[in-house]
Amino acid sequence: MGMLRRHPALVPLMLLAPGLLWLVSFYLAPNIQMLASSFWSGTLETGFSFSLNNWTNYTDALSKYQEQYVRSIQYGFAATVLCFIIAFPLAYFIAFKAGRARNVLLFLVVAPFFTSYLLRTIGWRTILGDDSIILGPLKAIGLVDPSARFLDTPFAVIAGIAYNFVPFMILPIYVSLEKIDRRLLEAAQDLYASSWGAFRRITIPLALPGIFAGSLLTFIPAIGDFINAELLGNPGATMIGNVIQRQFLVVRDYPTAAALSFMLMVLILAGVTLYGRILGTDELTSKAI
Amino acid sequence: MSILRKIPGAIGSRFLTIYAGLALIYLLMPIFTVALFSFNDPVGRSNYAWASFTFDNWFTLFRDPTLVDAVGLSLRIALISTVIATAIGTLMAMAIVRYDFRFRKAMDLFVFLPLATPEIVLGASLLTLFVTLRIPLGEITLILAHVMFNVSYVVVTMKARLSGFDMRLEEAAADLGATPWQTFWRVTFPIILPGIAASAVLAFGLSLDDFVITRFNAGQVQTFPVYIYLKVQKGIPPQVNAFATLFFVVTVSLVAIGALMQRRRANLK
Repeated sequence: MGMLRRHPALVPLMLLAPGLLWLVSFYLAPNIQMLASSFWSGTLETGFSFSLNNWTNYTDALSKYQEQYVRSIQYGFAATVLCFIIAFPLAYFIAFKAGRARNVLLFLVVAPFFTSYLLRTIGWRTILGDDSIILGPLKAIGLVDPSARFLDTPFAVIAGIAYNFVPFMILPIYVSLEKIDRRLLEAAQDLYASSWGAFRRITIPLALPGIFAGSLLTFIPAIGDFINAELLGNPGATMIGNVIQRQFLVVRDYPTAAALSFMLMVLILAGVTLYGRILGTDELTSKAI
Repeated sequence: MSILRKIPGAIGSRFLTIYAGLALIYLLMPIFTVALFSFNDPVGRSNYAWASFTFDNWFTLFRDPTLVDAVGLSLRIALISTVIATAIGTLMAMAIVRYDFRFRKAMDLFVFLPLATPEIVLGASLLTLFVTLRIPLGEITLILAHVMFNVSYVVVTMKARLSGFDMRLEEAAADLGATPWQTFWRVTFPIILPGIAASAVLAFGLSLDDFVITRFNAGQVQTFPVYIYLKVQKGIPPQVNAFATLFFVVTVSLVAIGALMQRRRANLK
């Protein structure tokens, strides 16, 4: 205690130390190790050796699994758009129309997180099954073509991913909508703006930081997901996550697997930076706050 | 757009209400399915088609010892990793919110990075580290991993809570002769306790449900989600649905009680 009183600058350092140590050891170090492993050659049996010449791991992996990268980007993008379509009206309703029910509704939005992720996805298998509780009756009354299949299609995978991550879209959009000063909307009305005009010129621009955060929070886990493709999709149409987990846990080709994961991370970082540039979010965020 | 401009508020808002209702049903339907199928008496091994109603699965909750062990391991890992992550995450958040030091912005970004990294990369990179260092996979590596991903969530949650903290309360305590230790336990801690509780509930839930990172670093041990995953092909026993429903009901009740207590306290003031 005495030492701390004499050197107050040490206080934040000591508060940070345990957590920082943990993140350096189990987040930073593993990622550096993964980068190093991607330049390995050899197998688990013979042992691995590091050489910068092994950059070919990257080109080999990319040419072999290009299809899965492209599919992951497509599915991730489609799921993010679907999330937005579901999330925005719901967030808008909770922020502007729900009144006293607001907290209950917000709780219902996060409620899915309190049940197992795997079971929720398996729940969709039950719901989308060929003769399920929902589809069976719809097919019987002719609303859905009896030969139509939903399970094992890209649609099922995208819908599953969107379902699993939609709360990450709803919450940030809700937060940004809730912060909007209602007087701005009243002022727009007083100045004879139509409700659509006020919505387009005030609500949407002020919600942009939330939309930005929400899209990232859904796109990042969506692009790396492999559970939905495995449980709801066609085994022939895998995502990059399926390949990475197979290479790591079944094939145990660590160099290829590490190169694949590292490229996924670079892809995401590049995407995030580009997206931020296009939307100009730095400026937007500072304006909104 | 001219049509949109003319939609009267009433129809627009009716439409919005229906849309919001449907979105909520979409969100809650799989939960309902999971709970419903805990009362199913499946024909054969797979529990995907509704057969007939039964309470049996709830009475035979502990029948499969592998399942019971998996649930026990999940609860143990969740408890230990929550305690560690909440403690070190709260300290980190206090440093970031309340002190001005040179690398504060960089620290903020660094803590956020694990949240912006896909789970599969977190899990895979940890596995390469453990393999390289020849650390055997199992319960210990899972605790290390779970604390890692939970710390960032705790810091983000606590930062939000701490930024509304009125520092003058601590100054007042110090002026009245309290030692820093007394000030922390009698003033600071009670005020930030709801935030700590919220972080802990979040961390516990995330740990209990984590599959991806766990799958990579579990070795031969089975947590509850790993057990489910390994049973997907052979058929998931309905007791799994019962356990999941139980977890759901317990967590939801805890959160509800917490919210009620906070409201009562706010009303008393």
